[in-house]
Amino acid sequence: MGILTAFLVIFTTIFVIPIVFTICNSFMGKAEIASNYGMVFSTSATGAKQFISEVVNLKFIPDKVSFSQYITVLLKSPDYLFKFWNSVILVVPIVIFQLAVACLASYGFTRYRGRLREIIFFSYIILMLMPYQVTLVPNFLVAKWLHILDTRWAIWLPGIFSPYAVFLLTKFMRRIPVSMFEAAKIDGAGEWQIFQKICMPLCKGALASVAILVFIDYWNMVEQPLVLLSDEQMHPLSVFLSKINAGEVGLAFAVATIYMIPTLLVFLYGEEYLVEGISYQGGIKG
Amino acid sequence: MKKVVLRRKKKRVQAPASRSTIGERVIKRKSALFLAPSFLGVLLFFVLPFGVVGFYSMVNNPVQHKFVFLDNFIYVGKNAAFRLAAANTLKFSLVAVPLVVVLSMMMAFALEQAIPWKSRFRTLLLSPMMVPIASVVLIWKVLFHYNGVVNEFVQLLGGGKIDWFKSDYAQIILVLLFIWKNLGYNMILFIAAISNVPKEIIEVAQLESAKGWQIFFFIKLRYLSSTILFVTILSLINSFKVFREVYMLTGDYPYDSLYLLQHFMNNTFRSLDYQKLSAAAIIMCLFMIVIIGILFMTENYFGKDMEDA
Repeated sequence: MGILTAFLVIFTTIFVIPIVFTICNSFMGKAEIASNYGMVFSTSATGAKQFISEVVNLKFIPDKVSFSQYITVLLKSPDYLFKFWNSVILVVPIVIFQLAVACLASYGFTRYRGRLREIIFFSYIILMLMPYQVTLVPNFLVAKWLHILDTRWAIWLPGIFSPYAVFLLTKFMRRIPVSMFEAAKIDGAGEWQIFQKICMPLCKGALASVAILVFIDYWNMVEQPLVLLSDEQMHPLSVFLSKINAGEVGLAFAVATIYMIPTLLVFLYGEEYLVEGISYQGGIKG
Repeated sequence: MKKVVLRRKKKRVQAPASRSTIGERVIKRKSALFLAPSFLGVLLFFVLPFGVVGFYSMVNNPVQHKFVFLDNFIYVGKNAAFRLAAANTLKFSLVAVPLVVVLSMMMAFALEQAIPWKSRFRTLLLSPMMVPIASVVLIWKVLFHYNGVVNEFVQLLGGGKIDWFKSDYAQIILVLLFIWKNLGYNMILFIAAISNVPKEIIEVAQLESAKGWQIFFFIKLRYLSSTILFVTILSLINSFKVFREVYMLTGDYPYDSLYLLQHFMNNTFRSLDYQKLSAAAIIMCLFMIVIIGILFMTENYFGKDMEDA
């Protein structure tokens, strides 16, 4: 047991290093970061080279704790907060409505399993697996055709109807014993009542865990906004963050830390569900 | 519980409409209504675009729309860049997906043991999920830089410095990144599934003096088969998302061993060569259908097996 625990401690430590690293480095001053990682990010080694260290230091504890990165991000350039808000506006409706649509659909897939429906479910999986580059232009065409290009709807609508949540929820829902539905049916419940009163409460945990996954997925989106929203004012933080990487490394850590906060909150709030909720069996036994 | 579900599935799948009762038909019709919103949305935003892709894959160019049938496919199939990309992607998925499935299952079993700080471990192993891709890339650059930490470590062990992103080891970085990101959630799925294995059966097996490995292979793995399939599909999906990281790490034209299918598609997309892109997409899609079909059949086989037992 001792060996196993030790192994787990080491393994987990390696896992967490990048996160600790990001947070610690967000408290470093601009100069310190430049001297530590200058080599990594200097693209052309010109006259500035002598100020940059040759070795890349992986440093965790800053020489001098400084909030200058945060001050720049939060106070001096409102742009970052703007983008943060953009991210929220883009992601929250997608999560809510994708889950709503997916709940209904998964119920449809769970309640009856004919051959046709299995085929549809299978094609949902295939569609879900398509890389974004493939659906990019067709999505663009559909958005243009519906006149929603360059509006948030172009991101929202494909997001809401994405088969991802349907796939996950159906997998969870199908574990509910059929006898539960049949018992409710015999007691005179209609389909909507069964859905609302039996199915949904049993799926609470799964719902929370799917919500977390969908949230993380869209919180990190990069390609969709780049193609579907030409107005940079509407771009989310994820796109913005991938751009500052190239330029101001100093700010990147602070922005990344701020960027992690919502996900962290979602995690802290939903982690219990994520872990316990997947095994749906709280209270019922098949 | 599991048995009930499986038996029902068998009955419904094998007995189509002809033998179904009136009650069943009502359920079928009513539950179809639940499916409708999602189905229409998917049709409009996913299937219809896919039809467009299919159309483009068989015409000579987007303006003339002259039908050329399989010419584009032949062209893409002969294209060296596409072959390289397909081979790399296949290699990556074949290594990374089984590895992450096995590793996360092992971690799940490890956390099943009586170990202190169980839930801490779980949370911490999940945490890579919340790190934004952009900062993942930043960190990976620092770690695997030519003068970076990993190389210092390699030197400590007596090896020579490696320019990671421009070496044949580049795919290793990719696999590590993939495992780092996806292990946590897969592990959670396995933990949930392991806790669902009926304790009685294991107790009976122990009474019959079954050995530890026998219980593992003949009972636990059997019960985990549907979760294994689920996790495999999920990992497969995620293995395609790794492109985003590679792209941010190395740009449009990375070292040969990092050139993935999505690079090929991205580049053909840039050059507006939409017929080639579509043909590549269709080839990829057919391939996916075959892989997932095989996975499903394997699971069905084991599922049936369990029902008879």
